Amino acid sequence: MTADLLTVVTLFALALLVGFEVISKVPATLHTPLMSATNSVHGIVLIGAMLVASAADDALGYAIAFAAVAFGAANVVGGYAVTDRMLHMFRAPAREPERQERP
Amino acid sequence: MNEIETVARYALLAAAVCFVIGLRLMKSPATARRGNLLSATAMAVAVAATAAIIVDRGTVTAVGWTVLAVGAAAGGLAGLRLARRVRMTAMPQLVSLFNAVGGGAAALLAVGHLLDGDFGVRVALPGGLDIVIGAITFSGSLIASGKLQGVVPSRPLAAFRGARIVNLVIAAVFTVGIVWLSLEPDRPAPLLLALGAGLAFGVTMVLPIGGADMPVVISLLNACTGIAVAMAGFVLDEPTLVIAGAIVGASGVILTKLMADAMNRSITSIIAGGFGTGDEPAVAGPAGPARPVTAADVAIQLAYASRVVVVPGYGLAAARGQQELAALARLLEARGVVVDYAIHPVAGRMPGHMNVLLAEVDVPYPQMKELGEANAELPQADVALVVGANDVTNPAARRPGNALSGMPILDVDAARRIVVIKRSMGHGYAGMDNELFANPKTGMLFADARAALMAIAASVRDFAGQ
Repeated sequence: MTADLLTVVTLFALALLVGFEVISKVPATLHTPLMSATNSVHGIVLIGAMLVASAADDALGYAIAFAAVAFGAANVVGGYAVTDRMLHMFRAPAREPERQERP
Repeated sequence: MNEIETVARYALLAAAVCFVIGLRLMKSPATARRGNLLSATAMAVAVAATAAIIVDRGTVTAVGWTVLAVGAAAGGLAGLRLARRVRMTAMPQLVSLFNAVGGGAAALLAVGHLLDGDFGVRVALPGGLDIVIGAITFSGSLIASGKLQGVVPSRPLAAFRGARIVNLVIAAVFTVGIVWLSLEPDRPAPLLLALGAGLAFGVTMVLPIGGADMPVVISLLNACTGIAVAMAGFVLDEPTLVIAGAIVGASGVILTKLMADAMNRSITSIIAGGFGTGDEPAVAGPAGPARPVTAADVAIQLAYASRVVVVPGYGLAAARGQQELAALARLLEARGVVVDYAIHPVAGRMPGHMNVLLAEVDVPYPQMKELGEANAELPQADVALVVGANDVTNPAARRPGNALSGMPILDVDAARRIVVIKRSMGHGYAGMDNELFANPKTGMLFADARAALMAIAASVRDFAGQ
């Protein structure tokens, strides 16, 4: 549980670089879903909220943990659901005949 | 570290890897949905692994479990409802809202963690940063969401002249809070100071920023949440949070830069406040005489064109006219007209806003052209149909010495004929006359975008019937 600080800082720096590399390949057409997807990824804060909730033992601690867990869960579930809804709409050129109706 | 925790930690690492692969799959619309599903699955694994860790530690009280279960259920259901119900035109405010809760959760968990024990500077410093950045994102995103929803006035509050000084003072206060917290991590006072100043800063930072600058602001707040989550990872010594947060931070920074470049404005000048005029109603006449046209005139031009380029802007979203636009395009395509869409990076209220609207109404994504592609195509267009876009088409941007100078624009004036659908001769965000409207090739159709598109489509149908 005690990762060396330098190791974690190294991870942070490398992850930033990976982020720049991966994100710069996303086309402008998908920028809204991309933003929504990265929104869902920062929903990982939910697991942090869970860890804090697991250590809470007084009223204030419970209240803070409750709010953090609720926020985190809303972020995760809502983020992935809405991203999926958006991406579902992006379709390839449907040049095949008889396709006027939406699925 | 026992076996259960070891396995769980490897699962968390795998989740982080899948987040990266998931985002990588967003390089093409064809694979993007799979990427999102992969990322969602990884998130579920991460949550399950964390649950295993806390069960294994056995420190959770009965109340703690209740808090966890009820909190997760309440938050998850609320998120799901919002995600299912939101209209595509309202997507920017929802994304902003999810950004707010993410930042809020990051700030809260640092508060909870620091109140809970005795820590050194190694935890307190990132904790302070997490609290401040998370709080700024929370209140800032809520204000941005409110502005987009129309609950908070969207015009830049230029009257608030002292805003810059107030911002500097608040920034000084939260800096003091962070330093104080690092020195005395076991006292609640510096923690509350940092939290309060962060929340206040978010409000005063976003409140003066106008609607058309929202793509930049939303991107910037997205970057801030990522950094706040990474800081939370340092606080809890949780590498998965650090990795995921850093990737989101990088993504936000890239989008912020793209948006600011597309407006040829620096991020600081946007944060310092809008152009000072804002989304004002019609104030002055055009630079030259504008030629009004009727829906029937436009219908004839479109019906007998071979190439039409549509230039959508925020006005299309505001009028919720995307369905009518797509219907008109299908009518034209049925007559053999080639229809494409020219999309400026900052059209709408968030990056890619127009693309989502068009995707909603089944426009195939290869027809959505980015700035460069669109400008290569516009000279071949018989008609450029501008629907609810303004500043991004203003040729004045090519000349030095005005508010738009240097901003990359769509070369709409290169098309053979131009039709602009607009409610009035009102100014765009930059508060300038659009010289395009005075161009002899331009016909102005003064109407609400949705009504106008319906009227044009009706006229096109009339021709087809003859």
